[in-house]
Amino acid sequence: MREVLEVNGLSKRFGGFTAVSEVSFKLQEGEILGLIGPNGSGKSTTFNLIAGLHAPSGGSVRLHGEEIGGLAPAAICHRGIARTFQIPRPFRKLSLLENVAIAAFYGQDQKVSREKAYADAADALGLVQLPGGPDARVDGLGAAGLKKLELARALATQPKVLLADESLGGLDHAEMEQAADMLAMIRREKGITIIWVEHIMGVLMRVVDRCIVLDHGEVIAQGKPAEVAHDPKVIEVYLGTDAAEVQQTVADRAA
Amino acid sequence: MEIFDIFLLEAVLNGILLGGLLALLSLGLNLIFGVIDVVWICYAEMIMIGMYAVYTLHVQYHWPLLAAMAAGIASVALLGALMHQFVIRPVLSAEPINQLLVTGGVLFFLQAAATLAFGIEFKNLGVKLPPVAIGEMSFSFPRIIAFAVAVAGVAATYLFLTRSYLGTAIRAISQDREIMPLMGVSPGRIFVATSALGGALAGLSGCLLVLQYDIHPAIGLSFGPITFLICVLGGLGNMLGGLIAAFIFAQFISVGGFVFAIEWGYVIAFVFFIAVMFWRPQGILGGK
Repeated sequence: MREVLEVNGLSKRFGGFTAVSEVSFKLQEGEILGLIGPNGSGKSTTFNLIAGLHAPSGGSVRLHGEEIGGLAPAAICHRGIARTFQIPRPFRKLSLLENVAIAAFYGQDQKVSREKAYADAADALGLVQLPGGPDARVDGLGAAGLKKLELARALATQPKVLLADESLGGLDHAEMEQAADMLAMIRREKGITIIWVEHIMGVLMRVVDRCIVLDHGEVIAQGKPAEVAHDPKVIEVYLGTDAAEVQQTVADRAA
Repeated sequence: MEIFDIFLLEAVLNGILLGGLLALLSLGLNLIFGVIDVVWICYAEMIMIGMYAVYTLHVQYHWPLLAAMAAGIASVALLGALMHQFVIRPVLSAEPINQLLVTGGVLFFLQAAATLAFGIEFKNLGVKLPPVAIGEMSFSFPRIIAFAVAVAGVAATYLFLTRSYLGTAIRAISQDREIMPLMGVSPGRIFVATSALGGALAGLSGCLLVLQYDIHPAIGLSFGPITFLICVLGGLGNMLGGLIAAFIFAQFISVGGFVFAIEWGYVIAFVFFIAVMFWRPQGILGGK
């Protein structure tokens, strides 16, 4: 397997507060990596550093061996990294198709024609199975629909790496399962490598190949779901009383 | 009574004609505020530059009028882009009051520059177009042209914003500028394009005004305040609100001026404005 992304010693300080401290990991082509941790552990900040929304205070981010740390977000998007947000941020006054078409038109590596951008946008909407047709308005969408739109917008930029800030709060159990299956399907259909941020661990554990656990901006554990779910440190700071349930999920998956 | 009615109708129609022009005046300012969140206090002075550009090219260099107007629009569009790049960009994240003061500084700069370059004398194109008589009513021909072109300009701007990619990106960025870079869009470029478009609309307004009015360095003061009031009345940054407000304002000015006296038209319009501000400080269609 080829290495897609290499994050090395990545740090971010806001004044005296260190939000992300010396985070390092590698991402293999086609894998789904779970990035988990309690609220405020630096998951979203790590995403923002990789996507270029924050400039790193230290460390490097390499995409296929090329340094991208500190580039402008638009440039990083063109290189092939797309990010979704935990709280969907659609353009409410644009149609669904327009929302996605903007990403398809401006976000791809090369110049694309209007027709291709709209075709790519329609593809992305189809892939996430967004109901209501392309002329539908954003206002008709519920929480699950908005998450799908967010995902379609990211996919329309034709990314190599998708940073999915899912944090499935606001979805019911069936919708969560659907969202997890969708990420697995995106990897399968498009061969996109995915980093998935989530704090409901049971759902995530069903799908990811590996996990990284953050706490106070530091990596406290990484490895296969089974290893992480039994890691005493992870149980102490994060899983707590849910540990048994998460371990069961992992065991079910193996079975 | 019949005479009264026909002159009232004439006043209403004149109000509609004026409304089209005011709608165009407010459109560029509203567009820029809606997208970049900065008010160009000097917007009317950019219109003045457009008027001088047309005057200079047509009267002094003997360009055909339409060519002079095209060049006038292009030069104010360029001025708009430069305005963003060199004046607005450095203060983009500054306090709103600082942004306001900076564009206010540009207002005085442009006024002074025009005074130095053209003197304080009133200039005009020397184009005299006959009034148009319909029955007993008579309408100013330049005003009819201004109305038609203004409506076309507003429609073209609407089509551009809804049908083109750049337009869609401009509408998108006005809703959420932080997320745009994640879709590969550099806000800076969209802002420059928006400023150039706002400038082009100011240039077009200048072309229409120069057919009707004499040019002098302080002419911006005749149009600037009313343009702002219309934008605020409609809801600052709301282009549809601006259009509605322009036609309402024009009716007050025109019909009010007919029923009482010309000056009273403005008084009534401003009183109406103040009353609306008590009722809806955010403007007719303004959010927040």
